[in-house]
Amino acid sequence: MTTREVWITGIGLVSNLGEGIEPHLAALAGEARAKVDSESFAPYAVHPVVPLEWDRQIPKKADQRQMEPWQRLGVYAAGLALADAGVKEDRELLGRMHLIVAAGGGERDYAVDGQILSGLPKSPAPGAFLNERLMSDLRPTLFLAQLSNLLAGNISIVHGVTGASRTFMGEEQAGVDAVRIAAERIAADQGDIFLVGGAYNAERPDVLLIYEMGGFLWKNGFVPVWDRPAAGGGFIPGSGAAFLVFEARDHAEKRGARPIAVLRGVAADQVRRGPGATERSLTALWRSIADGFSDEAGAVFSGASGVAGLTEEERSALAALAPDAAVYATNELFGNMLEAQFPAGLALAAAALGRSVVAEAVVTSVGHVRGEGLAFLGKA
Amino acid sequence: MAPHRDKLGRPLVAVTGMGVVTSLGQGKADNWAAITAGRSGIHRIERFATDGLRTTIAGTVDFVPAEPFCAPTLSERMATLAAEEAVGQAAIGSAGDFPGALFIAVPPVEMEWPQREALAAAAGTDGDVTYAELLRGAGSGRFKAWHELFLFGTVADHIAERFGTKGSPISLSTACSSGATAIQLGVEAIRRGEMRAALAIGTDGSVNPESLIRFSLLSALSTQNDPPEGAAKPFSKNRDGFVMGEGAAALVLEDYEHALARGATILGFVLGCGEKGDGFHRTRSSPDGAPAIAAIREAIADAGLTPDDIDYINAHGTSTPENDKMESLSCAAVMGERMASVPISSNKSMIGHTLTAAGAVEAVFSLLTIAEGRIPPTINYNVPDPAITLDVVPNKARDARVGRVLSNSFGFGGQNTCLVFTAEPV
Repeated sequence: MTTREVWITGIGLVSNLGEGIEPHLAALAGEARAKVDSESFAPYAVHPVVPLEWDRQIPKKADQRQMEPWQRLGVYAAGLALADAGVKEDRELLGRMHLIVAAGGGERDYAVDGQILSGLPKSPAPGAFLNERLMSDLRPTLFLAQLSNLLAGNISIVHGVTGASRTFMGEEQAGVDAVRIAAERIAADQGDIFLVGGAYNAERPDVLLIYEMGGFLWKNGFVPVWDRPAAGGGFIPGSGAAFLVFEARDHAEKRGARPIAVLRGVAADQVRRGPGATERSLTALWRSIADGFSDEAGAVFSGASGVAGLTEEERSALAALAPDAAVYATNELFGNMLEAQFPAGLALAAAALGRSVVAEAVVTSVGHVRGEGLAFLGKA
Repeated sequence: MAPHRDKLGRPLVAVTGMGVVTSLGQGKADNWAAITAGRSGIHRIERFATDGLRTTIAGTVDFVPAEPFCAPTLSERMATLAAEEAVGQAAIGSAGDFPGALFIAVPPVEMEWPQREALAAAAGTDGDVTYAELLRGAGSGRFKAWHELFLFGTVADHIAERFGTKGSPISLSTACSSGATAIQLGVEAIRRGEMRAALAIGTDGSVNPESLIRFSLLSALSTQNDPPEGAAKPFSKNRDGFVMGEGAAALVLEDYEHALARGATILGFVLGCGEKGDGFHRTRSSPDGAPAIAAIREAIADAGLTPDDIDYINAHGTSTPENDKMESLSCAAVMGERMASVPISSNKSMIGHTLTAAGAVEAVFSLLTIAEGRIPPTINYNVPDPAITLDVVPNKARDARVGRVLSNSFGFGGQNTCLVFTAEPV
């Protein structure tokens, strides 16, 4: 079987910290802190994305109007990644570039939902009432802003990326698997160049609702993730997006592209949760791909989110596997961007490698309900 | 060439187990009997009130209980039934220990109206309801189970747990080509040598008021409600949209060498996969059909075949004015003059458009077509469209030797995925 080296040749990142790699590296160096909005959705906190000039990556207003924020964020970050890789104007290459997107679903029309819920209990015929309101009040195109695969669809429309197009779903693990499958396909000669990533809009009451039902939201202002389990645990959702260009080394060399970092391995599993299971799973993943990691030169970009139980297990695993390595918690920078979290961690690690801030990196992901993932990166 | 490998030296991917559920029934036997008899599973919707709707029919699956009733639970139940049939037929691994990964196409999950109403009620407001009330209801701690129910990865997790598939299961959506994408991902993983078997599933139980209204507002659905079984009429001049359907299908994909070594019965091969994105429009295909043409060509080439080798096309055939025209054009462009004599039929004329499940459901029917030597018809074909000169196997099934099938799947968001199924390796 063929095994080709996977290079990261483009990064696109937006979050509460800013746009592009500079503000994120500044935060990594302790020169900037994550922005937390505890007002807009009080008592819930979110990390709000910085305002963006959409025109810079989504030139047509008509395209912008067809999207809801989660899609605009993703299309924007995808544009940054393509520009960073130097392929944005290369229509031929974009036409055969493959896309793997990790996505949830889109925003709802909150006003319409509220009106319907207010009217339903008073209606003598609730079924007919619901039909009538939805038929007359829903914007026909809202559906297209909600469909999971329409982030990928919009990237195809706006940026012309039209090779294969796959959308994975499943919260944090979707981001891990998008990265894993893209890397495996390149290594096995099932594609030369991929755009991989995800986007998340946390500033939405409907997503807060899901995590609040499960009791996963952290409501006590910003506290380092490692300190949250002692106070019940929880995560702060974050808005943002991350896309990366993955490329076979031979393909990149042929077009004269330089690697930002080398993706040495990606591993994922989804074990049945129970005491110790997460620690064992992360340890097994680490042993399968990252045994060569050097504590002194490397850093861990941990996806630990602050959820009780999981966070302590990850800390314990890392303490045993890389006792002397610097550990950065990406949730403290981005918040939890769910599907986009692992791609964002990878983007940050690659950026740090590209600037020689670190010499090696491991990126981890532990989903708040399920799924474990790990990537090992090195310098080119 | 190494034995049991394809022309490119990759492991051949055999199908050793299949299962299916549609509005026509549960299991391959019932479904095959129905679709070769030209029977429709489309009926009036009884699941919810249809007052004020332009479309009041669908191919819902009403005989599978799901509790609490919502798209993820019904989708999971149907996927389980289909997978039990497939894994049972393949007789692979042992109970709860499937020796490979799971790739499952599931409808995008979202909270539905009954749950929103329950949250609003829990908040106990007399006045107007906003999301602040819903959040208050959510914070009551009484709805913990719904958090997991409405996560996107839950159906896959439950199926993985039940069948004991290995590694991180993939939940995916490529709109109406999702079922085909699940198969394609499994084929790719086996070809990479990462696993010897994979469980590929497509499932969709999402006929509810809001999802129907969404398609209705995009004018995608047939409004010819009477009689329900006459509404889906792919390739006909009077076609006016698709009919939503529900269903699930599962396929056990297996490295041919592995299947042979354990003495498994080979049901057929997935010989080729082709895919091409389309950046033309969110819901419409490129008018020239170029991406669909590219996907068809790639699938045939990936199989190591030429267009002349294709015996039958299992059409995407949604019954929308645009799809059927574009698909006809694309098939003709690839097959050339021979297309006039290549049978092409649409299962959707009988089961409706099973959306996320369609590519997998139609894969099962494509492989049964090969096995049984009988081509299911396109029913409701009474008014030919002069712009579409295809042999659509009108209204009655046809006996024919079929060794190689092309199955098309096209979806919103520029998704085009085509698969080639064969009786024998090339």
